[in-house]
Amino acid sequence: MYRYDEFDHSLVKERVEQFRGQVARRLAGDITEDEFKPIRLMNGLYLQLHAYMLRVAVPYGTLSSKQLRKLAEIARKYDRGYGHFTTRQNLQYNWPALKDVPAILDELASVEMHCIQTSGNCIRNVTSDQYAGAAKDEVEDPRIISEVIRQWSTFHPEFSFLPRKFKIAVSATEEDRAAIKVHDIGIQVVRNDKGEIGYQIYVGGGLGRTPMIGKKIGDFVPKADLLAYLEAVMRVYNMNGRRDNLYKSRIKILVHEIGAEEMQRQVEKEFAEIRKTGALNLPQDELDRIEAYFADPAFEALSDDANDLDAAIAADQGFAHWVTNNTAAHKKPGYAIVNISLKPIGGTPGDCSADQMDVVAGLAEKYSFDELRVTHEQNLTLAHVRKGNLKAVYDALKAADLATANVNLITDQIACPGLDYCNLANARSIPIAQEISNRFADMERQHDIGELKINTSGCINACGHHHVGHIGILGVDKKGVEYYQVTLGGSADENTAIGDILGPAFTEQDLPNAIEKIVKIYLDTRQDGERFIDTYRRVGIQPFKENVYEAH
Amino acid sequence: MAQHMRKGAKEQALTANRLIDGVVVYLKADGTLSESLQDAEVAEGKEAAEALLARATPFVENNEIIEPYLFEVEKADGAIRAVSVRETIRQAGPTVRLDLGKQAELSGVHG
Repeated sequence: MYRYDEFDHSLVKERVEQFRGQVARRLAGDITEDEFKPIRLMNGLYLQLHAYMLRVAVPYGTLSSKQLRKLAEIARKYDRGYGHFTTRQNLQYNWPALKDVPAILDELASVEMHCIQTSGNCIRNVTSDQYAGAAKDEVEDPRIISEVIRQWSTFHPEFSFLPRKFKIAVSATEEDRAAIKVHDIGIQVVRNDKGEIGYQIYVGGGLGRTPMIGKKIGDFVPKADLLAYLEAVMRVYNMNGRRDNLYKSRIKILVHEIGAEEMQRQVEKEFAEIRKTGALNLPQDELDRIEAYFADPAFEALSDDANDLDAAIAADQGFAHWVTNNTAAHKKPGYAIVNISLKPIGGTPGDCSADQMDVVAGLAEKYSFDELRVTHEQNLTLAHVRKGNLKAVYDALKAADLATANVNLITDQIACPGLDYCNLANARSIPIAQEISNRFADMERQHDIGELKINTSGCINACGHHHVGHIGILGVDKKGVEYYQVTLGGSADENTAIGDILGPAFTEQDLPNAIEKIVKIYLDTRQDGERFIDTYRRVGIQPFKENVYEAH
Repeated sequence: MAQHMRKGAKEQALTANRLIDGVVVYLKADGTLSESLQDAEVAEGKEAAEALLARATPFVENNEIIEPYLFEVEKADGAIRAVSVRETIRQAGPTVRLDLGKQAELSGVHG
C-alpha cells in the first residue's frame, strides 16, 4: 500500500501543529467559535448530539494492520473503546474531547493518517472498491488512480472553497462495488481495443435531498490526461455551481439544470485549455512510483484444490455458511477474499470495538499481507487470504464475534448513526436496523431470501444510502414522532437505480411488519433464481403497494 | 436544529455543549451549569425563555459553552422531561448504547 513520502509527512505534521495552536487559542478565548468552527471542520472535528465527533480519513478504504491497531489504541485512550466505520469508508469516534484532538492527530500522523478532507466544501476522501488488487476481472488496481487523485486534491487551493462538498469514487471492474454513479464524479477504469487503460467519467450523481444518477460525459479519458479532465470538471462546477442555495449547490443540480451534453461541452472546452499548458500531464515516472505501491504482494503459486477446506466445510455448518456468504473469488488460485461483517445480529452496523480492531489487525498481519479494507457497506475486507487459512481466520473472527455469515443478506444493512448520535438526524436509524436484524436472524431464512440490501438513513441527507437500498428506509419527524418512509428497487451497483416510494410512512412499531410483508411478497412472486431486486424490476412496485398496506 | 424548538412551547430549558470536551450541559437557576437535565432551570412563557437564553451569553463569551439553544420540556412528578425524542436522547445518551452517556453516569435521566 501507499507509504508517505517526505512531502506527505511534512504536510500532515504541519497541519497537526497548526491545529494544535488553533485549539489552544480557542480554549484560551483568543478566537471565537464562529472563527474556529470552519477550522475544526477542516480537521474532521464535528459537534454532534452528545459530544464532538472526529472523522478519520481512510483513503480509498485501505488500512495497514499497524494503522488499525493505532485506531484501536486511540479508541481506548481518548474515546469510549470503539469506532464507527462509515459509508465513506472512514472511521468516526463519537466522544473525543476538543482538548485531546491535537494529541489524537499526533497519534494518527505517527501511522500516516489524518482527518483532512473529511469535512468542508472540498474534494473529500476518495473512495474505491474493497476488492482492489484482488478482483478477478480488474482492469487495473483502482487505488493507483485514487492515490493520484488524493495527492492532487489535498489542499488544492482552487478547490478548497467549492460551492459544496465533492465526492469521487473509482471502480475498475464491471461489477461496481464503489457505487460510482451516486458520486459527484464516478470513475470507471476501462481498457480500449488497443489495450490502453483509460477512464469513463460520470458526473452529477449523488444522494441526499435530490438523488441523481451520474451521467457519462467522458468515454475514454487517456491515463495521462485524467487530472486535466478532472480539473476541467471541477472548474466548470466551481464557476457555475450554485452558491446561493445550499440545497442546490451540488454538481448534480448543475448537471441536471444544464444537461449532460452542455456539461460535457463545457468540460471539453476547459479540458482543451488545460491541456494546452500541459501542466497537468501525469508524469510516467510519478505514476510508476505510485503504481509500485499497489503491486501484487508476494502471492504463492497455489492450486485451487482445497481438500482440507472442503472437509472443514462439511464438518461445520457455521463455517460453511460463512464461506458461502462472506468470501469471494480471488484472482489468484488458492486465495480468497474474506469479508468481515460488522453487522452482528441485533448490533450496530459499522461499529467495531477496540478489541475487535486488534483481532482484525492481527489477522490481516498474519493472513492477508498486513493490510485490510473498509467497505462503503460498513464492513471490513481481508483481500488476500489463502484458502488453506480460511478456517483459522473464521475461528479467530468467531471468537471475537466477527463471524456473522450475512454479507449481502438481509441482515447486512447499512445504517447511518441517526438520532442516537447525529445532530442533523430527524429519527433513529440504528434501532430500526437492529429490529430488522433480530426479525430475520435465522440463517436458513436469510439464505432462502438471498441477496437483499436494506439501507436506513435518519434524515434526508442520506448518509445511510437509503435511495439505493433494495429496500430503503428514511426516518422523518412528524410532530415529534419518528416515522419511516420506505422505498423499493434502489440499487448502488453497475445497474444503479433510485428507489421508488412505496406509500405512506410507517411508525417504528409498524415498520418491521411492513418489511416482513415486502419480503413475503417477494418470496411469493419470485421466479427461479431471482434476487429481490430482479423480482422488483420484473413486477414493479404495484404488487407491493397493493399488499403491504392492506389490513390484517 | 429546528425540530426541538417548537413555537408555542410553554416550558423550556437551555442546553449547550461544553467547549473543552463537548459534553452536554444545562443552565441552572443559580447561574451555573449542570450535566443533568434534572438540575436545569425551567422557564415558563416566552419572556422567561428569552431571559434564559440571554443568560447563556456570558458563558459563550467566556468560552465555556458553544451552541446554546432552548428546547421544550415538561414537569411531571417532580422531574423534568424533554418533550422531543431528540432532546430525550441528548439528556440520556444513545438508545443503542445504554452503557454510554449520561444514562450510565447520572441519576434522573429518562427514556
